[in-house]
Parts: sequence; structure tokens; C-alpha cells
Amino acid sequence: MRQVAIYGKGGIGKSTTTQNLTAGLADMGKHIMIVGCDPKADSTRLVLGGLAQKTVLDTLRDEGDDIELDAVLKTGFKGIKGVESGGPEPGVGCAGRGIITSINLLEQLGAYTDDLDYVFYDVLGDVVCGGFAMPIREGKAQEIYIVCSGEMMALYAANNISKGIAKYGKTGTVRLGGLICNSRKVDREYELVEAVAKKLGTQLIHFVPRDNAVQKAEIHKKTVIDFSPEEIQAEEYRILAKKIEENKMFVVPTPMSIDELEAILMEYGIMD
Amino acid sequence: MKERDILLEKYSSRVFKNRKNHVTQLELGEEPDTITANTRTIPGIVTERGCCYAGCKGVVVGPMKDVVTITHGPIGCAFYSWGTRRNKAKPSYEGEQNFIPYSFCTDMRPTDIVFGGEKKLEDGIDEIMQLFHPKCIFICSTCPIGLIGDDVQAVARRVEKKYGITAIGFSCEGYKGVSQSAGHHIANNGLMRQVIGVGDKKPKTKYSLNILGEYNIGGDGWEQERILKRIGYEIVSVFTGDGSFETMKNSHLADLNLVMCHRSINYVAQMMKTKYGIDWLKVNFIGVGATCKSLRMIAQYFDDPELIARTEEVIADELSLISDEIEYYKSKLKGKTAGIFVGGSRAHHYQLLLRDFGMETIIAGYEFAHRDDFEGRDIISQIKPDADSKNIEEITVSPDENLYRERYTAEEIEALKAKGIELDTYDGMFPDMEKGYVAVDDYNLFETDELIKSMKPDIFFSGIKDKYSIQKAGVVSRQMHSYDYSGPYAGFNGAVNFGRDITMSIYTNAWALTTPPWKVAPLLGGKIGGEANA
Repeated sequence: MRQVAIYGKGGIGKSTTTQNLTAGLADMGKHIMIVGCDPKADSTRLVLGGLAQKTVLDTLRDEGDDIELDAVLKTGFKGIKGVESGGPEPGVGCAGRGIITSINLLEQLGAYTDDLDYVFYDVLGDVVCGGFAMPIREGKAQEIYIVCSGEMMALYAANNISKGIAKYGKTGTVRLGGLICNSRKVDREYELVEAVAKKLGTQLIHFVPRDNAVQKAEIHKKTVIDFSPEEIQAEEYRILAKKIEENKMFVVPTPMSIDELEAILMEYGIMD
Repeated sequence: MKERDILLEKYSSRVFKNRKNHVTQLELGEEPDTITANTRTIPGIVTERGCCYAGCKGVVVGPMKDVVTITHGPIGCAFYSWGTRRNKAKPSYEGEQNFIPYSFCTDMRPTDIVFGGEKKLEDGIDEIMQLFHPKCIFICSTCPIGLIGDDVQAVARRVEKKYGITAIGFSCEGYKGVSQSAGHHIANNGLMRQVIGVGDKKPKTKYSLNILGEYNIGGDGWEQERILKRIGYEIVSVFTGDGSFETMKNSHLADLNLVMCHRSINYVAQMMKTKYGIDWLKVNFIGVGATCKSLRMIAQYFDDPELIARTEEVIADELSLISDEIEYYKSKLKGKTAGIFVGGSRAHHYQLLLRDFGMETIIAGYEFAHRDDFEGRDIISQIKPDADSKNIEEITVSPDENLYRERYTAEEIEALKAKGIELDTYDGMFPDMEKGYVAVDDYNLFETDELIKSMKPDIFFSGIKDKYSIQKAGVVSRQMHSYDYSGPYAGFNGAVNFGRDITMSIYTNAWALTTPPWKVAPLLGGKIGGEANA
């Protein structure tokens, strides 16, 4: 079982990329579970066809200790299983603690079955505290992909996340598998992201072009592969899935200092 | 070589650099002796300090009997602060509420932490209101509450509105500040803002007092009240041992504030002086001589010949009742030496009681004191606030338009001070100590052991954490937090209790009379390594 965590700046398209990518893997016959680690609980909407299942934490709160796995784990497109960790409403409680509680509970409930080829963690935003680092701690996800674009703040975030991975990578088994560029059509985007990837000691595993097919499918609560399998964009996600399936490059990243990062951005003309 | 230097040289250079400023062997020379205090503890040094929550809930606000104090947090914080401080309380009149035997807690569970605990806190308070109908509720926050950001002040405001009672939210999360001292300050601020000055019941008698910083451990406060009432004073309010919301809200109408524990309550004393014009007098009712001195200062403050005469009359009578016993215990204790590591005031107070019995305190240390508790309040202007102290809210008050009343003019106060009345000031512990004695700030187990070895006191006073290791090493040890479940030790009768207890201890030093088996025979056998395989 490969456990994969997807990180990246808020709003960059982590959930969209994760679900389209897993749809590609499912197309290849892989067994997959997606664990949504965002209090908004919108990480499995496309694979489950908009079915808003109850989150793990809501169930825990309402049912106490007496939780059935079926109540929180739903099956969607091509057998992809989806579970949402959930969390408090904005401004109260502790979402980070929620993720820790939720993942521990999923383990105890036996959600991690042997037939799974992949478990994907779709994690909110940055690694802001210990809770959001839970998926990359000992014994959880071993490989990480960072979704980014050629925008400055997205690359800042990618560098920051790399710091978190480097920290855990030194003592544990977690490795960075690459950057996924979710294109925003910024000038020289491919070159820039590739240069940043190189500096971080990793690869730009795939450049996903911007395409309205994604939005169209989303409106219908579906992934592209599910909604319009003939579209070019569907093929892009199949290629991404294949690259991840065949990926052999796993590294402890070498995050840059702010000066280095800004120098690269300058070089590719983004900061003038 | 001096004992201080012998102790410090055992430290690594990094620890030495820090601790050398916290351990002072008094010189009493031209230059005043100084010490560093109220700074961060060295991690891993096994400090005796407590936390901010302990200072707020455990020490200052917890003892108020008619207030329900609810611990907002996991159950452990509530359980281990339940009845562990021996701050005794009983109803002052039939029907008065006394919640001291209870422990109230929101018992925060994992899901409460994730989803926030305000709702649970409010539900808990609803339950308390139905069952107990208190007039006042205090909410004390523990560490996780600060992390998840529950707004306890907002909850308190909602409770006030809903039930028409007083409710105070104290953000006294354990991790705040460097010791329990931060919690004292936070508690002082809350009481000043929302309790003191709320009532309008005037004292009935001519001279009325508040006793500040008296927590009624083992009944100490009751003995003080007994003596003061015998002279004719009215005690408006005690902060906070056996104290109450009902009396504290009228405390601003008293004539004079007496301050026992300077560290934990000096903020209130200062603010009441500024806001209401009430002077404060640093007293010490621990010790026969100290009690007499304190009583005389109070009488002189009011400058009433009749009161002064009555004070002398009571002192003479009290002394005649106890002098035989005091003399007996003195004959047993004279010439012995003591060490005392406790609190932020008691290590000073008890030196005077020990002196009554002819005993000198050669080692004295505080857990959480500030420099002024050692060196006197004159030093305050020289203390540079650091990041930790700036983190604790400092509130400023101004004279109350209707209630401010100047008792004496500045000149008159100076004249009173010249007569030896310790008004609106505190000179700290150092002036009562002798050359060569050792003072320690934020003492730890290692320093306790080392100083006992090098200075060989006959008896050592500290707390539950180190009592038994000291005692089993053959040195008599008594607890100054719980009085080993005895007391009271304050006032005239308390002095007799104290003399009895320590005489008993010193003359029954059982552990020094036993030889443990490992002192005469080895408990382990072994061979030189490697030979077994040869």
C-alpha cells in the first residue's frame, strides 16, 4: 500500500487534482482510499458524486465511541473509497487536533485494508501546525506531492512545505515525490516550476494545463475522467496517474532560503 | 570557600552562568546584596515551581468560599488542585454558601478540544446554577483552552447577562509566565476589575481592616482574626482564605489593608491605594515578636491612644497565656539552625517565628518571588521588564471620583514611616537575614541537597516534593505548604503549635537513627567483565 499526501497552497487545486489523479489510477485498476484532511470536508465530492457523507469527527461527536466504519467511508467512482475527517467550524476549537484524532480513529476502525493500493491524504493549505503534519508522521504517508503553479505565493508555500518534509524526512521515511504544476497560465511557468523543483532536489512530475473541462466536470460533481473521458484533459490526468504509478524519484528536499527563492523568481521574470 | 561557591562549582558552565545570579550569600557590605528572580527556569533542573493556573486558581481565587470556581480544562488540573492547599473555610453565618469542598470542571474530552469547549462550559454553568445558585462564578482556564482559543471572558459575560450574577473569566493557562506568580497577577486583575468596589455595605465599627494575602492555611487566618477582633477591629474581608465574594465586594470601604503575602496580592494593595486611597501595611503574623510588632504598627497607624492601650493590653494578656510554653520550647530549640524553601513570602515570615525560639534561618529560598520580595520595593524601578513579564497584563486604575478618600497626606505618611510603620512599602527578606546566610531564587532539588550537606541545618522546611528525600537522608523536614496537616502557625496560639511540632520533629528524628541495609552490606554482587568467557 502506497500512502501519498498531497499538500500545496490554499486554493491551488489540491482536491481537484487529487480526485482527478485518483480517477486515473482507478482507471488503471488500482484500489484507492482518499482521506480528506480539511475541515471544509470537500475532498471527496467529485469521486463520490457530491454525496456529502458524515465526517469522522461529526460522527465521533454524535455517536461517541460507537462508530461503524460504514457510516463514514463511502465508495464512489470505480470503487474509490472516500472519507472526510471534518473538523470544527471556522474560528473555534482545533482543526489540527481533529486530523490527528480522525486518522487515529480510522486506523482503529480498520479502514486501512490490505487490498488498497493507494491511500491519498488531501491536506488543507500549509503545514501550519503539528496536526496538519499528522499525515506525514511516522508510519503514515511515505510520499508527498506538492501542487503548485508558477505564481509566487504558490512557490513560497511549496518551499515552506518542503521545510516540513525535510524536518520529518531526516528522522523518518517520508520523501518528496515531486511537484505537480496545476497551471495558471503564468509566463514561462513550466521553466520556472521546473527550476524550483530542481533547486528543491526533486522533479516537476507533471505539468497539468489549464482546461475548462475540469470546471465543467466539477459543476456536475464529477472528475474529468468520469464526466468526459474523451477530453484531452482526461488524458493529462491519466498521464499524471501513470507517472505517479511509475515514479522512482523520492528525495528529502533541500528547501531554499528566501533569498535563493526570490533570485529564481527574478530570473524567470516574475518579480519585475 | 563559601557554601554558595561550593554549590555553584558543580554546575556546567552554562548552568553556572545562569544560577550564579540566583544564589546569593549575603555580604551586608557597602554595596547592597542583589539577586536575580522571576526569570525562566532552566529546563530539566527539577524546579519546585508551579504553573500560572496553580497561582490563579490554586492560590488566589480558589479559597473564596461562596464562589464556584470552575476549572475549564481536562479533569487532572481540577482534581490535583482540589483540596490540596489546606485553605480552610467554613460558613460565617448560618446558610452561607461554602463550595470549598467541591471541585468543578468541564472535563474537556478529545472532541471538545477539536470542536471548542465554550458550549460545554456554558452547559456546565447552567447545571451549577440549577444545583447551587452561587452569586459569583470564576472560570479558570488551563493550557489547552489557550491553545484552542475558547473565549472564557465572553462566556462569563453571557453568564452574567443570563443569570444576573458576577462571572469572571481568568485566562490563566498554565504555560503563561515563568511561574505561578503570573497567575497571582492575573487573579489580582480580575478581582480588582469585577469584585472590589461592587458593594456598598459600610463597616460598622470605628476601625476596619482587610487582610490581604492570607490564605488560611491550617486556620492561620482565623487566629489572626481572633486577635484583631479581640482588640476591637472589624475585619471587612480576607483575601482570600475563608474569604467571600460577599465581603470582598465591600473591601474598598475598609480603613486599612494589611498585607501578609506580599508577592501574591501586592497588585491589589497598590491598586486599592490608587483607586480608593486605602493605605497598606506590610504585616507579619508569623512569630510572637512579629505579631506584636504588626499589632502595634496597626494601632499607631490609627493614632488613637485608647486603641494603642487596648492593643498593649491584649498583647500582654496573650503573652501571659503562652509564655510558659514558648519558653519551654525555646529551651529545647535554642541555638538550632533552619533552612526554608517555600513560596514568595513565607520563607521570610517564618524566619521571625524561628527567631522567637532562638533559631536562626541560615538558608532561605523562594520559588516564585520577584526581586522586591528579596531586596525590598525600592528595587522595583530598577527591574527591567522582560518578554515574559510583559506578556502578563498590567492594569492601571485611577482615583475613584466618589470613593477615593485620602487617609493621610504624603507628609503625614512620611512621618508615620519615620516612626517605623511599614506603610505602603515592603523591605523584603534580606534585612532580616545575617551575613553569610544563603538566599536562593527558584531553588531546585539539587541545590536543596547540596546546601543541606554544606550548611547542615537542624531542620528544613519545604514542601511535599522534597520533604521525604530530605527526611530519609536524616535531616528533619517539615512541610510549609500543608504544615504537615497541623496548624495554625500564625499569631500567638499558632506559635505554640509550631514550637510543639518542630520540637517533636527534631527530637524524633527517626530516619537519622536507622542505618539502611545498603550502608553496611552490598546489595549487588558481580564479577569483572570479560572473565566469564575466558
